[in-house]
Amino acid sequence: MNYAEQFRQLAPLLPGRHLDWLEALRRAGEARFATGGFPSPREEEWKYTNVAPIEKKLFKPAAGESARVDKATLERYRLPEAWSLVFVDGVYAKDRSITAGLPEGVVLPLAEALERSPEQAEAFFHKIAAREEHGFVAFTTAYFRDGALIHVPAGLRLEKPLQIIHVATRPDGLSVLRHLIAVERNAEARVIETYIGTGSASYLTAAVTEIHLDENAGLEHIKLQIETDKAYHFGGIYAEQARSARLRQHHAAFGGLLARTEIHSELGHGAECELDGLFLATGRRHLDTHTLLRHRAPQAISRESYRGIAAGRGRGVFSGRIVVHQDAQKTDAEMSSRNLLLSEDAEIDSKPQLEIHADDVKCAHGVTVGQLDSSAVFYLQSRGVDELSARNMLTFAFANEMVEKIRPDSLKHQVQSALLAALPQADIREDWL
Amino acid sequence: MLNIENLHVQVDSKPILQGISLDVQAGEVHAIMGPNGSGKSTLSHVLAGRSGYEVTGGRVTYKGQNLLDMKPEERAREGVFLAFQYPVEIPGVSNIYLLKAALNAVRRHRGDSEVDAMDFLQLVRGKIKALNLDEQFLYRGINEGFSGGEKKRNEILQMAVLEPSLCILDETDSGLDIDALKIVADGVNSLRSPEHSFILVTHYQRLLNYIKPDVVHVLAQGRIVKSGGPELALELESKGYGWIDQSAAASV
Ligand SMILES: Nc1ncnc2c1ncn2[C@@H]1O[C@H](COP(=O)(O)OP(=O)(O)OP(=O)(O)O)[C@@H](O)[C@H]1O
Ligand SMILES: [Mg+2]
Repeated sequence: MNYAEQFRQLAPLLPGRHLDWLEALRRAGEARFATGGFPSPREEEWKYTNVAPIEKKLFKPAAGESARVDKATLERYRLPEAWSLVFVDGVYAKDRSITAGLPEGVVLPLAEALERSPEQAEAFFHKIAAREEHGFVAFTTAYFRDGALIHVPAGLRLEKPLQIIHVATRPDGLSVLRHLIAVERNAEARVIETYIGTGSASYLTAAVTEIHLDENAGLEHIKLQIETDKAYHFGGIYAEQARSARLRQHHAAFGGLLARTEIHSELGHGAECELDGLFLATGRRHLDTHTLLRHRAPQAISRESYRGIAAGRGRGVFSGRIVVHQDAQKTDAEMSSRNLLLSEDAEIDSKPQLEIHADDVKCAHGVTVGQLDSSAVFYLQSRGVDELSARNMLTFAFANEMVEKIRPDSLKHQVQSALLAALPQADIREDWL
Repeated sequence: MLNIENLHVQVDSKPILQGISLDVQAGEVHAIMGPNGSGKSTLSHVLAGRSGYEVTGGRVTYKGQNLLDMKPEERAREGVFLAFQYPVEIPGVSNIYLLKAALNAVRRHRGDSEVDAMDFLQLVRGKIKALNLDEQFLYRGINEGFSGGEKKRNEILQMAVLEPSLCILDETDSGLDIDALKIVADGVNSLRSPEHSFILVTHYQRLLNYIKPDVVHVLAQGRIVKSGGPELALELESKGYGWIDQSAAASV
């Protein structure tokens, strides 16, 4: 049995089979995946991350309806002030989602959109992700089960954030999702993607999010990845920003055994892109973040600031690539990657790459990999804090500087809790924060 | 309170303190003056328990215990406080968090319960007002982006909240404007009582106009070369260090 055979059996479950354009894309994706499989470390962009353990297994998509999910787990991560779409094992859970009050037609599960308004889905599906060559993307194109279609019409400002909550519940389960976010001219939205799991078994989540930002559109996009200890995770966030469009992306990755997130954007004239991120690779986790910003037109601004922590036998990878194309004069790009190693066996590879083809540009990047500052440890000890707590406080502080940027506050606190739960021997008092 | 006997300390096999003896009784204020590089901060750090200093001789007794055997955090909980010459910046941990952690560490050590959140806020608000600091400081990262003077006042805020028995102020007056100097001096004076002792490391007699010391010591080349009353500070101010020890002056 392989994925092709497995999905042949499940074919009726895949949405949009009646649409020729989608069938063609699915078939192309399937063919690409059948020949190439998942990416291998021989590929330059995957050289630090070996996904062979995923290849060895055959994860199984959910059959029929979405499974029941533990209410307490779900509510712990649901934001009180947000609309939410909930996907359990990759299947939309309508009864768990909160969509009341959403403007008509702005948010739909993708499977439903493919039935009701396929031309809307067609306009955005695989237009940006088509540029991304590798097997994971092909895999999601071929086998996606559902996703969210978020289409904000010109001039509309979505008053509340929309949260997409992904819960994995089944051992050896497979969730394959494609999300589409399209924000038209002068419109604004906030989208949060939360990835969690229940139970202790292994599973695979593969999700691709395509983001279309029209002229002067604004999107704040936050991804929180707190999958379980044995989970495998691939996430691709691929954006295109038209003239003066603004993207603020924040990525917090604390979970999973092997997780890779790609965040790529193409910046049009005067566009602004801010990427913030934090990963915390504890235990035996391998967390890989790959960013790529292409400045295609003049005067765009990008600010990228990543922090990584590795403890135990954890391994972190950050590849940040910025490409300034020939026409992109007056580009203003800054990237920083600061990393903290907490143990001898931990490892972080941080690889910034600038590729500049224009001459009148401002580009800067900086990378640091270091340990806790002993004078700061002593300062805290001299105030009565024991050494271990002092170390934990400083580790938390290093991470928290990133988390502090997260809005709304309810999400910030959630991320802080997740961070504390994931930190080695955390004894930080949350009620004091 | 504190007794230092013939203390020898070296760093990377380089002798820095070369036989310091000092006796500070409860309630006393001692000023230590001396040229740059004479070992004043080294002494302060050794008393607070910073690693990297090798004690090669002598002993230090604090409230009857061997101070040098205690971890830095134990010393702090027992009431030793160092206001740093160069306080570190710790972005990401708020001042108020540290104040709470520090105060509760001391209280737990004494067997007291943790401080109630409302009482704590009230206590800190009172102190911060007295130091003429903005309340917003509490919620910023420890010393993060503080001006030199603000950092020094922040050290005094911590001292005021913790009410330590032995306060070592390493050049807390350096870089302060006149108003801030008075504020810091008020902070010290309001804690001054028979239970609290102070070691003030300073280069300027100015501070001693506001905090009258019981004893003034001159530290040069790792030794206390002269001790006297408050008038010694005045004499140093007008004459410099040269007249005390020519060899010390040569190294300035
Ligand atoms: N970690 C270290 N490694 C090497 N030398 C050191 C170290 N710490 C202190 N020293 C040396 O010890 C001597 C005393 O330094 P210390 O900082 O105690 O002087 P100080 O009296 O506080 O001077 P200042 O008035 O400038 O603050 C100096 O010569 C200094 O260079
Ligand atoms: Mg000094």
